[in-house]
Amino acid sequence: MILPFDIIILVFLIVAAVIALNVKDLLSSAMIFAIYGFLICLLWAEMGAVDVAFTEATVGAGISTVLFIATILNTRRRSSD
Amino acid sequence: MNPKFFASLAVVITGFVLLYGVSDFPGFGDPRSPANAGVEGGSPSASLHYINEAYHDTKVPNIVTAVLADYRGYDTMFETVVIFAAGMAIFAILRCVRKDEEAVVAPPAKSSIDGDHNRIIVGMTCRIIIPVVQIFGLYVIAHGHPSPGGGFQGGVILAASFILVALGSNLEDALSRFSEKNYLTLASLGVIIYAGFGVLPQVLGRNFLDYGVLQKLFLTDGPEMARYHSILGVEIGVALTVMSILFAIFANLSSRGTLKGGL
Repeated sequence: MILPFDIIILVFLIVAAVIALNVKDLLSSAMIFAIYGFLICLLWAEMGAVDVAFTEATVGAGISTVLFIATILNTRRRSSD
Repeated sequence: MNPKFFASLAVVITGFVLLYGVSDFPGFGDPRSPANAGVEGGSPSASLHYINEAYHDTKVPNIVTAVLADYRGYDTMFETVVIFAAGMAIFAILRCVRKDEEAVVAPPAKSSIDGDHNRIIVGMTCRIIIPVVQIFGLYVIAHGHPSPGGGFQGGVILAASFILVALGSNLEDALSRFSEKNYLTLASLGVIIYAGFGVLPQVLGRNFLDYGVLQKLFLTDGPEMARYHSILGVEIGVALTVMSILFAIFANLSSRGTLKGGL
């Protein structure tokens, strides 16, 4: 556990979270959420929880972003009802 | 007094309560916390037992794998079932066969991983990357014992390789390699493999998921190596379910349940 490294990751984590919440475009929000997932993965790897970091890298930063994008591209601005 | 004010008030109060709760937690890496050390005056804690005994019990160097697939195997089995159930729920909600309406909306399938000059760079890159990704996925599943990884991560990587086929060419191309019938069969098979490793010891007269007794089946020296091999079998079951269900979720989400067109 290296403290400066921790602080850098945590600062980026908060920045990524706030931007992902505030960005208007959903596609950009999904991409920034992937960055958030990857930063959490870095944090866990740095804390020594390598198995959890691996899962986060594959699921959080990888598959869930693909599923978000697949969903966003299939939604429309207006309801068809 | 708009709704946003009450929403932020609720968020702030919840956050304060959570932070107040966190203040009772032991410090990070505190050797005297209940999770890390023996409870004073009581029996040694569970984690100490795992750290000391996991290698002797199962011959698995990675304690995380030993705990997940052996000591806490019951929990992991139902995690697999949860993934299976989630896939079935998405399947039940999204999957539909709309013939007349969707035939107009869905773009005609023309590109393939071998043709279509517009996507030749993406297609060629995928052709090179996908075999490497799949072999890495198999490596991660097989090396869950000595290194980080295991069935769940390996299954996700394998699913990602099939999703890459769908992104690099189109969904029909991916489905011709991993059809709906196949992924539904493999998803069920994964759960059945895991549950089978639980039922087999029961048939041999022991508890559910008590792998040690399988030494008669694997012809190994002792119960340790039987547990080692059973963990690998269980990981393969998890990997099959995760791979199939994640690809099924992607295929249904990206095509609105028609399995045509894709992204």
